[in-house]
This record gives sequence, structure tokens and C-alpha cells, in this order.
Amino acid sequence: MRRWALPIAVIALIVSYPLWAINEPFRAFFVDRLGMDMDTVFQMAVYVMLALGLNIVVGYAGLLDLGYVAFFALGAYTLGWFGSALFSGQNIHFLDVGNTAIPGFHLSFWVVVPLAGLICAIAGIIIGWPTLRLRGDYLAIVTLGFGEIIPDVFRNGDSIFGHNLTNGVRGVTQLDRPGFGQTVNDATGGFLPDRYSSLPDKLKPWFYTILFMCLVTIFVNLRLRDSKMGRAWIAVREDEIAASAMGVPLMRTKLWAYAIGGVFGGLAGSIYGSFINGIFPTSFSFQISVIVLVMVIVGGMGNIWGVIVGASLISWLNFTGLGKIGSLLNDGIPGHAHDVDVTKYKFGIFGIMLILMMLFRPEGIIPSARRKAEFKEGEGEAVLYDARN
Amino acid sequence: MATAESAARPVTTRRLPPPSQLILWFFGAVLVIAVAAWLIKQAVESPSRFIEVTLIGVTNGSIYALVALGYTLVYGIIELINFAHGDNFMIGSFETHSIVTEGAFQLPLYPTTFVLGIPLGTTAIAASSATQRAYTIAMALFFSMLLCMIINVSIERIGYKPLRNQPRLAPLITAIGFSFLLQNIGLIWKNASPQPVPDVFPKGNLIATHGVTYAWGAFIVIAITIPLLVVLTWLVRSTKAGKAMRATAQDQDASAMMGINVDRTISFTFALGGALAGAAGAIYALSIGNTKFDVGFRLGLFAFTAAVLGGIGNLSGAVLGGVVLGLIQAYNEGFFDARWTTTIVFGTLILILVFRPSGLLGEQTPEGQ
Repeated sequence: MRRWALPIAVIALIVSYPLWAINEPFRAFFVDRLGMDMDTVFQMAVYVMLALGLNIVVGYAGLLDLGYVAFFALGAYTLGWFGSALFSGQNIHFLDVGNTAIPGFHLSFWVVVPLAGLICAIAGIIIGWPTLRLRGDYLAIVTLGFGEIIPDVFRNGDSIFGHNLTNGVRGVTQLDRPGFGQTVNDATGGFLPDRYSSLPDKLKPWFYTILFMCLVTIFVNLRLRDSKMGRAWIAVREDEIAASAMGVPLMRTKLWAYAIGGVFGGLAGSIYGSFINGIFPTSFSFQISVIVLVMVIVGGMGNIWGVIVGASLISWLNFTGLGKIGSLLNDGIPGHAHDVDVTKYKFGIFGIMLILMMLFRPEGIIPSARRKAEFKEGEGEAVLYDARN
Repeated sequence: MATAESAARPVTTRRLPPPSQLILWFFGAVLVIAVAAWLIKQAVESPSRFIEVTLIGVTNGSIYALVALGYTLVYGIIELINFAHGDNFMIGSFETHSIVTEGAFQLPLYPTTFVLGIPLGTTAIAASSATQRAYTIAMALFFSMLLCMIINVSIERIGYKPLRNQPRLAPLITAIGFSFLLQNIGLIWKNASPQPVPDVFPKGNLIATHGVTYAWGAFIVIAITIPLLVVLTWLVRSTKAGKAMRATAQDQDASAMMGINVDRTISFTFALGGALAGAAGAIYALSIGNTKFDVGFRLGLFAFTAAVLGGIGNLSGAVLGGVVLGLIQAYNEGFFDARWTTTIVFGTLILILVFRPSGLLGEQTPEGQ
């Protein structure tokens, strides 16, 4: 029981976050000082989900994926296809809320999210089938290639054989939002709202939705880790040939890791697109793939709690943290006025962080015991993502 | 050990590969034939334009080749994808920008010319003689190569050397870290907008017959690249350091036992790669006419694709891969649609890795022997 005390306390604090942190007296510290308003916290949660998804691919199965953003983009565009006025020639509605007058495909948000997961799983299998047999480095480069190709296809997708599939660089805007409909809204007294609002003081339903999705992701991560599949992943990661000799089907095991990782990227992408209310091909750059990978590595590959800590920390720094630290430094040092724009140095700071982390604590903030052992084994024999060596 | 090895030798049987492999190969063959047919059609329809596009492709390809050589040298010796290499190339192009616009050698982050800059008198190029232009090009090449060489060697010393016995993911992550850092340095050094580089290469056409034109600038790119490749080949083939490099690439432990200073050899490899990246950066800035803090990312990835295309670790492969990639890009932009370049280049990379992972000329890595 005791080992669950800390996680439960932390989860309770996070679940009740919108109830205490954004009101006085805590508001001055959490929102004004740290910049952790509901908007930021939501995006942090999206990145936690992405990092947990990538953790399955990189942390469990040991497949270095440098193009994870492809799944994030695909999930977001699934929402664009099935939850916006993009295909204005069509007029198909299914259980959607508040869009009955708008043309286009409009499936209920709760249908689009699993659909995004499904599409990403299929994409993962299609991408993985010919490429997962490759060696570690080459796999990394191929995934990187897909991470570049998919946003590029979306960018040029406004005239594929004369059809406008993605609206090109203008992006897809006016996306459907989640909601439960008027009946549920009235029955629960507004707790489950008719349609989610984007007003800054009405973001609680968004927060609880992403939190629920994060908890599902954590649950799946935990169960997968301890499953037969999870053990097969560890075996493949540590020694592919030995695993194969023991009867682990290599391709199928790797494909599962890749597809399941992709599912979570897609789920995160679909809700992120809806929240941001605009999907642009330029927002799915290589930088996102790298930042998510950095979260997994800095947190501690293969350790769920490490990954969550790493993802929260780095996404916070990325969104508001660095700016807030910068203004703190500018105001805090007495003497003459300081005007250093810390956010300008963001990628430099991330770069230095990565280098220092690898030099001094390569196993991450909260390492998994097994991964730590793999790192300490050393002597060049313990190859982390290339078991064929 | 000998008996175990001979027992492990594969028994040759006349069996067909599995059906999935056959389907893959079928699609590969169809694709290659379709592309070849499309190119022949273009060549027949407008031969002069085809030749022109081919020349552009070879010119761009030589820049890719120079950068690809840096990737392949490093991968061949320590099996690391040096992600910072493309951004090092960008720093080289920025140094050239400094030399041409400020007339001085500048260190990154020290833009004040008279603090750490060395005045070279290279700005007066607008109405200057051919000698002055040649001097500017030589200075830009020399200092860009020098700076990139120093950066590349320092990166190896700080970031990769301490991690040589770690799992290969560790130096790869530091490489990404250095890539971010260099990009940020570039962003702060010159700002986020494209930096125009004044014309130094002579204007006008070298060839203009039968509707085929070939610019002087493009010719100079190749005229600089080929001597660099010759020098590199000589260094690797005929000098003691080159021999040490090839030995270290084959087996680090054995070469250490033979008295080769492995650390120094690896540093030498990084110096060579850095110098080539600096040269590529200078040529790029002078021939394209502008540069930006993020050019290194895309060009670096393309160059890495070129290295894989030719067979990683293989020097002639990198040059061939660079030229082939330049041609692919030129044919796409000349006859199809420039918007699809990224997709086509990375699509090529994926197809190569699926069908022929060892590249066109075969890989040469410690592992791939």
C-alpha cells in the first residue's frame, strides 16, 4: 500500500489542480509566477501523453523513432477530416454537437478520437512493415524521413490530383469541439457540458478530458510493461538474436510497439487539434519529434514516472517556464534594468541540457532499474537500440 | 573459433526468397522502370532543357557531396550520425557571409569586427577586379573551413569522446543537442531573417549554345569541389594519417595495439569532415546568394540521405550519392513540382533502405565488413 501512497497523492493534487491552483491565494504563485495556467497545463498534458506513447516505442521496445510527430500530425488531421468544414461539398453529421448548420463531415468528437487512434495504428503498421527490419541507425533515419514526409504531404495536400485534402498551408480551422449534448448537460447540471468552450475561464472540461486520456495512457503503459508483450519488447531490446531464438516473433513484436506508440500519438493529436482550433502543417516539425524524445530520455527511458516528470518539466519550460524564469532573472537582479529575452535562447538551452544530461546522467532523472543496468554495463557492448551488433 | 565460423557459413540453396520479398522487389523494379521511362520522355521532348537541368543537378549535388562526405567519414569511423554536421555547415555559410559583407573574420556571437574580428579587406568587391574576387573566395573558403574544423573537433572532444563506450543512443542525443545549440548560435549571431550574400562569383554564362546555358557561378562550384575531393582522396589514400583512419575504421582495438593514436585519428577525421562542411557552407553562401540559420537542418538531412544512398562509410559512395540526390532534386524541380522535393528525397531514402540498405556502392563500417 505504501508504494502507492506517493502516486495517489500526486494524482489527487493534479486532479484537483483547477480547483485550487488557479484561485487565490495559490494563483499568484502557480499562474503568475510559474505560468501554469489552464491553457499551459492542458498542453503539458498533451505532451505527457505523447511522451508516454513514444516511451512504448523507444523505452520499451528500444526502437529509436525520430519521426513521432507524424502520428501527432495524422491524429490532428483525422480530426480535420472528420470534424470540420474541410470537405464543404459533403454534409454528413453523426452525433455531433453544435455544428448542424455547417457542411462537411462531422462525426462526434468521441468517435473521431478512437478513429484517429485506429488510423495511426494502421499508418504505424504500413510504415513499420517494410522498415522495422532495418538496423537501429537506419530505422532512426527512416522514421525521421516519415516524420518529414507526412507534414510535407499535408502541406501540399491542397491539390492532390485536383482534390483539396488538407487545405495546404492555410491549414484546417474551425474544428469541432467535444461535447455531450444538451440532454447530458442538463442532467449533470453543466458538469458535462453541451459543447466545450474555448474561453480561458472555462477550460476545466478540457483539462479533465486530457487527464482522463493521460490516465488511460498510463494504465495501458503499466499493463503493457508487465504483459507478455512487454517482456517480449524487453527481450528484443536487449538481444534480438537471443529473443528470436527463444521464439519471440521479432517483426510482430516490433510492429505492435510501433503501432501502439502511434495510437497514443494520434489520440493526443486529435484532442490537441480541437483545443488549438487550427491545424497547420508547419506546426508539425522535426523539433516536436525531438522534444518528445528529449522528454523520454531526460525523464528516464522505460520508466513511466520518469517520463511523466520529464515531459511535464520540459513542456513547461518550452511553453511558459523559460519566459517566466527569464523575467524572474531580469527583475530579480538588482542594479540596472535587465532585458534579456530568455526564450530566444530556448533551443540553445535545450541543446546544452541534452548534452549535460548525456554526459552526467545518461539514464535520466528517474531511471528504470533495468535501463540503468543496461547503461552501466558499458564497454560498447550494451548497444541500446541496435541489438544486431 | 575457426570451426564455429566455417559452420556458420550460409549453405547456398536454390530457394526463392519469401513472397513478401518478391512483391517488394516487383514494386521496386516497376518504380525504377517508370522513373527511367519518365526521364527518357523528358530528355526526348526537350533535350537542351534536360541537359541544363542535369548540369544544375550536378552543381547542387557537389554541395551535397561535400556535406555527405562529412557524415560518411564520421559514420565510417565511430558509427555515429553526426546530427550537428548540417548546422556546422550553416555556421560555415555564416562565416562566409561575414567575410563578404563585413570584410572580416568573425567568431560566432562576437559580431563586433574590431574586438575579435580580423579585417581582411574583402568587402570592396562590387567594382573590383577578378583578382579581388578570387582573393575574397579564397579567404571565405579558408576561414569557413578553419572555423568549421575547429567547431567539429571541439564537438567531438566535448560531446562524443566521453561517451565512446556508452550505448550508441547517448552520443546521438548529444549530437542532437549540439545541433540545437549551433542553430541557436546562428540565430543569435545573425538574426532569423535570410542573410543576403553579395555576388562574388562572376556573372554571365560559360556555355550558351543550342539553347543550353551554363553559368560561371555553377562552373566555379564544381571547380572548387573537384580539387577538394582530390585532396581528400590523397589524404585518405596516401598519407599516414589516412592509413591510420582506415585502420581505425576497421578495428579500433587492433589499430590501438598497432600503435595508432585512436583519439588523434578520430579528431583528424572530424577535422576533415568539418573542413568539408565549411567549404560546402562557403560555396553554398556564395552560389545561392543568401543563407539562413536553419538551412543546415534540411540540407544536412539531404546530405545524410546522399551518404546513405551511396553506401554509408564509403567515400566515393558519398560523392555519387550527392550527385544522384542533386539530380533527383533538379529533375523534380525542373520537370515536376518543386513543392514535392522533401517528399521525393525522403521517399528515395526510404526506398533505398528498404531495397538496398547497403547503398549503391556498399557500406564500409566496422560492422558492415
